[in-house]
Amino acid sequence: MAMQTRTWTEQNVEELIGTLLRVGVTLAAAVVLFGGAVYLVRHGLAAPQYHVFVGEPTDLRTIPGIVKEVLAFRGRGLIQLGLLLLIATPLARVAFSVVAFATLRDRLYVLVTLIVLAVLVYSLTGGHL
Amino acid sequence: MNIIEFTLLVWVWSLLAGFVGSLTGLGGGIIITPVLALALGVDIRYAIGASLVSVIATSSGAAAAYVREGFSNIRIGMFLEIATTLGAVGGAFLAARISTGAISIIFGVVLLYSAYASSRPRHERVGDCRPNPLATRLKMNGSYPTPEGPKGYCPQAVPTGFSLMFGAGILSGLLGIGSGAVKVIAMDQAMGLPFKVSTTTSNFMIGVTAAASAGVYLSRGFIDPGLAMPVMLGVVAGSLMGARVLAHAKTRWLRLVFGLVITIMAIEMIYHGLTGRL
Repeated sequence: MAMQTRTWTEQNVEELIGTLLRVGVTLAAAVVLFGGAVYLVRHGLAAPQYHVFVGEPTDLRTIPGIVKEVLAFRGRGLIQLGLLLLIATPLARVAFSVVAFATLRDRLYVLVTLIVLAVLVYSLTGGHL
Repeated sequence: MNIIEFTLLVWVWSLLAGFVGSLTGLGGGIIITPVLALALGVDIRYAIGASLVSVIATSSGAAAAYVREGFSNIRIGMFLEIATTLGAVGGAFLAARISTGAISIIFGVVLLYSAYASSRPRHERVGDCRPNPLATRLKMNGSYPTPEGPKGYCPQAVPTGFSLMFGAGILSGLLGIGSGAVKVIAMDQAMGLPFKVSTTTSNFMIGVTAAASAGVYLSRGFIDPGLAMPVMLGVVAGSLMGARVLAHAKTRWLRLVFGLVITIMAIEMIYHGLTGRL
């Protein structure tokens, strides 16, 4: 980020957060669309199975599994990567806010934001109680 | 029906759900789940997983616009997100444990309430604004732009708002919705925020809350890429269309008709939950 040397105002922070969210969602949607195209071209003529709940295979449940699927260029893996990017967008926003509050020297809100970030990371890494 | 036809069908329904969700202010997530479950016979857990993903997308997209206008209060949002994210993770764990019938009934009740709450006129609190000590310590007092220049506000009842937000988080994680209606009660009724501020701050928080439960859903295998893809793309496109229509057309009639459809859908969810057909 080029602005780091100057002092941040809250206005700057809000504008940057806005841009971050927009870029994240657009990127995620593009990856999902691309993965969807790959998936439909290859499997479009099979029959859908959503009436019965079986759960997803392990490779589509974890970050390393999704990476593996993407490297194998599988449509479902690519979609899942897009969804992962989408889930990561609010996470990036929160992480960015930690830095922003730190530059504003607002210790209380650095702490608040870190708690939120911890919950998000916990959930995304599998969330084991 | 093959996958291409099914995907197209889901996409069209999602487009419609996003459109209606945006016009009625309920959000596309709360509408697409009953549609998938009732009209297309999708298992409610897959439907919830897909809806959750669309909630993150629409909320982040809308929040990007609102944040720039200076209505949302990032400190209030961030502080209350502690409650909503913890609630959301709890709700997501709960979703894996209780029966689909029970989820369906709770869903119907929340949908009924949300439809009712969104149709009621909201009353802005006017008059004096005495800073609350706790809110002041948490630096929550702020101001927002009005035609007459910036106007200040001072949030009240922080603990009540925080507890209500925890509840909103649980519902969000359990049902895969943004639970905007509960968030708005917490912020504009309990904490006394001006509604432009509470609506936009709530929208700002929805993405983070949904992301907190989405992680759990993903690792539990409740998010199916083949279903989530058309749902996400459809709901996002539909809400963009809805926002555009909302800015230009008279929508009272449309809202009334949709309100009726949503009420019927909610009753059907409760009925199917009770009779064990979902």
